[in-house]
Amino acid sequence: MIEFRFEGRPVAAEDGQSIGAALHAAGIRSWRTTRIGGRPRGLFCAIGACFDCLLTVNGTPDQRACQTVARAGDEVTG
Amino acid sequence: MSYDLAVVGAGPAGLTAARVAARRGLRVALLDAYATPGGQFLRGTAPPRLTGVDVMLGQRVWAVEKSSDGFRVHASTTTTATTLLVATGAHDKVVPFPGWDLPGVLTAGGAQALVKGERIRPGEEMVVAGTGPFLLPVAVTLLDAGVRVKEVLEANRPSPRMAAALALVPSKAREALGYASRLAAARVPYRTGHAVVAAHGEDSVEGVTVARLTPGWRPYAWRTVDCDTVAVGYGFTPQVDLLLQLGCAVAGDHVVTDDRQRTSVEGVLAAGEVTGVAGAPSAVVEGALAVHSLVGEPPPRLLAEKARLRRFARALDLSYPVRDGWRDWLTPGTVVCRCEEVTLRAIDEARDLGAHDPRTVKLLARPGMGWCQGRMCGHAVAALTGHEPAPQKRPFAQPITLADLTLHDREDNA
Repeated sequence: MIEFRFEGRPVAAEDGQSIGAALHAAGIRSWRTTRIGGRPRGLFCAIGACFDCLLTVNGTPDQRACQTVARAGDEVTG
Repeated sequence: MSYDLAVVGAGPAGLTAARVAARRGLRVALLDAYATPGGQFLRGTAPPRLTGVDVMLGQRVWAVEKSSDGFRVHASTTTTATTLLVATGAHDKVVPFPGWDLPGVLTAGGAQALVKGERIRPGEEMVVAGTGPFLLPVAVTLLDAGVRVKEVLEANRPSPRMAAALALVPSKAREALGYASRLAAARVPYRTGHAVVAAHGEDSVEGVTVARLTPGWRPYAWRTVDCDTVAVGYGFTPQVDLLLQLGCAVAGDHVVTDDRQRTSVEGVLAAGEVTGVAGAPSAVVEGALAVHSLVGEPPPRLLAEKARLRRFARALDLSYPVRDGWRDWLTPGTVVCRCEEVTLRAIDEARDLGAHDPRTVKLLARPGMGWCQGRMCGHAVAALTGHEPAPQKRPFAQPITLADLTLHDREDNA
């Protein structure tokens, strides 16, 4: 198991697990809101095609949570 | 160095092709976006042994181009090869419905990937809905992961054509029976002619509306079911971006190939779901046949097997279509394009202004202009404007940064 931080709070992930899966499993089901309607977004396709699950990893924006493997110490924000 | 064959996509088709090609003495590169080979079908299983293949993982191929002596495959590095095999698979197709953009609504393939690849439970209480035989293994995967699957809802009705097709491929009939008995043992109802027509909740799914459907999928007799997660799948969309970049001929949603997987563009082969969704066994056969177009003659046994599996896939296609009645599930405020938040109302307004085809609707109302580039809503927008869905050209098959682009430019001019 490794640990990363989402919005400052610790989240556990298995080795090789994506940030999206780790958040979803931790009960965090949405991590951004849409530009127009302010609607919550999290995982949808979970295989990299829908781009719903975008978040910021260590300062790099627009990363697909389902395609980004969690690393120990990652700082993740919505 | 330049390869004899570059294979893009390490699912059942690509893996088979790479293995067979290496055995025949070809210099092979196998590229995949994921950190482990296997594609969606083999996710979470032990990585296959590949001797004599240069396996390049974590490579998101964003473009392929023809060069004087073959092809250049652009990912985070550029690979050159005389022949190109595209085996990039497919992603789930989902029809829009009110609430389908709530967190907790997952694609069926996504729900399965979360169990098989990520080893998590996608939800505690789930409903599985959509059309096609894929719903069965998804429901069983979820059950095995400890999810309480409340119902499996198949929008279509049993078809005599399907029964005949199963007789053609007895292994598939056995597989289906196995899933059915597993669902029965867990007392999970499998209802045909039903669908999830709305999802409810504030920040996440708290329940769904289930309706009975007429044979044309118009809803009637609604009820609500409490659940925290929904898995929906209405078939698959082949990922043909790279093949379209090269100008390969398409038919419907897939690329056209001959019996040895040759596309209309010389030197470009295609295998698996990109040639029409037909499942993993068919992808394996096509992967092997692709190599036979380079070395030797295809064994008649493989050609016959391909024909048989294609007949089966065709029967599936005809038995589990997406029928027009889904449009009645939508309200004017239902989001159709998730990225740009384009509602049915906005699409109808564009049509009132004289937009009669998906492209003009896209220009006026923006569906398909967001991050996913119409991958999720393209088929729905086409249907809502009275057109057959057609694959869209995307000059970039994956998002890349400007920095990556300039790097490639420098390499090109080096």
